[in-house]
Amino acid sequence: MKLNGTNYRLRVEARLDNPRWIGLASSVIGVLLALFVGGFVLKAAGAQDPVATYKVIFKEGFGTFADWQAGVNALATNTSCPKGKLCFGPLSDTLVKASPILLTTLACIIAFRMRLWNIGADGQMFLGAWAATGVAVFLLPKTTDRWIMLTAMGLAGTLAGVAYGFIPGFLKARLNISEIITTLMLNYVGYKWIEYFVVVGPWSIGDFESTGRFPAPATWPRLTENAEKYPITAGLTVHPGIFLGIAAALLIAWILYRSRWGYEIRVIGNNPNAARYAGISLARNIILVMCLSGGLAGLAGMNEVAALRELNGRFSRGYGFTGVIVAWLARLNPLAAILVAILFGGLLVGTKLIQPQGIASMLQGVILFVVVGTELLFHYRIQLEKVEAVMVQKAEGVS
Amino acid sequence: MNSVELFTLSITILFGALISGTPLLFATIGEIFSEKAGVMNLGIEGMMLIGAMSGFAVWFNTGSIGLGLLAGMLLGGLLALLHAFITITLRADQVVSGLAVTLLGGGFSSILGQPYVGQRVPTPFTIALPLLGNIAAQQLTLVILGLIFAPLAWFYVNRTRPGLDMRSVGEHPSAADSLGINVYLTRYTYVIFGGMMSGFAGATMSLITDPGWVDGKTSGLGWIAVALVIFAAWDPIRGMWVSYFFGLLRRLPLDLQNPALPLISTANNPSVGRLMDMLPYIATILILIIGSRDSIRRRLGAPAALGTPYVRGERGL
Repeated sequence: MKLNGTNYRLRVEARLDNPRWIGLASSVIGVLLALFVGGFVLKAAGAQDPVATYKVIFKEGFGTFADWQAGVNALATNTSCPKGKLCFGPLSDTLVKASPILLTTLACIIAFRMRLWNIGADGQMFLGAWAATGVAVFLLPKTTDRWIMLTAMGLAGTLAGVAYGFIPGFLKARLNISEIITTLMLNYVGYKWIEYFVVVGPWSIGDFESTGRFPAPATWPRLTENAEKYPITAGLTVHPGIFLGIAAALLIAWILYRSRWGYEIRVIGNNPNAARYAGISLARNIILVMCLSGGLAGLAGMNEVAALRELNGRFSRGYGFTGVIVAWLARLNPLAAILVAILFGGLLVGTKLIQPQGIASMLQGVILFVVVGTELLFHYRIQLEKVEAVMVQKAEGVS
Repeated sequence: MNSVELFTLSITILFGALISGTPLLFATIGEIFSEKAGVMNLGIEGMMLIGAMSGFAVWFNTGSIGLGLLAGMLLGGLLALLHAFITITLRADQVVSGLAVTLLGGGFSSILGQPYVGQRVPTPFTIALPLLGNIAAQQLTLVILGLIFAPLAWFYVNRTRPGLDMRSVGEHPSAADSLGINVYLTRYTYVIFGGMMSGFAGATMSLITDPGWVDGKTSGLGWIAVALVIFAAWDPIRGMWVSYFFGLLRRLPLDLQNPALPLISTANNPSVGRLMDMLPYIATILILIIGSRDSIRRRLGAPAALGTPYVRGERGL
């Protein structure tokens, strides 16, 4: 190829190293490309200007700069947000969404690190929500202390998730049955299980397809409860669930990078044969990791019912799949997952009002495609190289 | 209820199983082809959804069921082409790419299918048959098509030259390559064929077996097809039988609501009916457990290079 009189050629060679910026670059490019492709789909679906749509998504998900400024001012003077608005409303909603996403993401990360495809975080989350509801509504008295109640619900949710994660783990470890299919099938069983209990079954109240409002101690305290003291918090539904998620992320990061068990998990994920020769038990780790993964998803279920304050037939599906994408975008790094989960919370909040509804799912699919598809490209170095005059002559001489 | 009535009822239920199992049959056999060539496509659910939506949309706007089925097939194939590019050319992980196909198919079908939710459905052209009574001609044609397709697929895989090429690419791609078979082209071909069959299966659902379009129409049937491939030991004829069996399971909650059924009717107990909806999913796990015990058969069936990308000139399978 000739450029400004000098000969250049493209040189493609495999990278031997694997620099850190590549993961970040691939994720960022994945999101940008997904937004670009998504724009065309929005156009085809007859939506307004795609750029305007993205602006709306961002505004709904995170708020505007002006709102933030007003909020900081109000915070400094301890007054309420001007003009009866919620200055931090979008951010609060986003954090509420982000906490179950973060927990299901961690469930995926710990399993994916071992190349164990737990696609069943959704079902494990449903069982966790079911068990937490059982404890809150039917087991403990309504007057239980709030933190005892929430702890009991959290334990019940986690245990239910552990039990539900154990099934595919055991089947994989003992009978070598694909965990992809069993976890997926258990998702549907989980959906039907909740439907059975709250739509027509023993837990439904009247025709509401719901358990009815939980007793007060069984719900997350919301920031808005402090509105009398701090007017700025009025109407904000954000709850401590996000801290639960962050604590879990720190724990998983510690397990993966600082503990012996985490080391074993990473070795198995990178090279199962090497792990076997090193005397690491595959079967034991498969079962343990599936239990931990299920437990995290179960905790996400408890977190979600304590935030929704009831269990109903419309209990949110899909967090488990969002967890898969977020895990992949965060390059299976539990700390990066915190940030990506909050971004995705914003995406879900922002797209809630937007028609048509499948946009979030479509964007997630495109993001996953681009991220996994571009991975190979980043393993090669592409360079423009000056071709020396002698070589050109040689090449011409040969031909 | 006398014995003649009971007999007629059983025949109706069995025919119903054939109808509701046929979409599964096409999806399962399509996936068998893709996996025989060495590429696992977990995106069946997404391809079925996009097929069901586009098939319904095309029928709605043109009035032709044939065109609808064709559209479903094409879009399923298109989505599979994407999977093929990502996994064969870019050598990305087949599991993750398959998940992306499902999310993408689900998302697109949900967005583009919005105007068609709850719309009018194709009116069946009924014909009267002995024993079965009035049935839709489209459904009968579809069942016959499936009954012809499965043996043909078996013959193609096991008794023809291209079928042998396909299997060799899935078993030992570098050996196939050295015999002059184009590994990449072969894989592309069968992944796309598998996608077309999935798209077709989806379209038959929204147009013929369960007419109408709603979000998430296929409710996990695509995933069941992935499991059936394993249970069928990658054999199209076995795939046909298990598809019909799952067709029966899928209809069972509906059939049991029939108050005419003695003893086992759930007509008076709707909440038990909800639990019955779990049956196909639990049964899927159970057949995998049963199948896993038969480890020798599994070794005979599974293509050796399934799930591994082929890189020309690199060591490996």
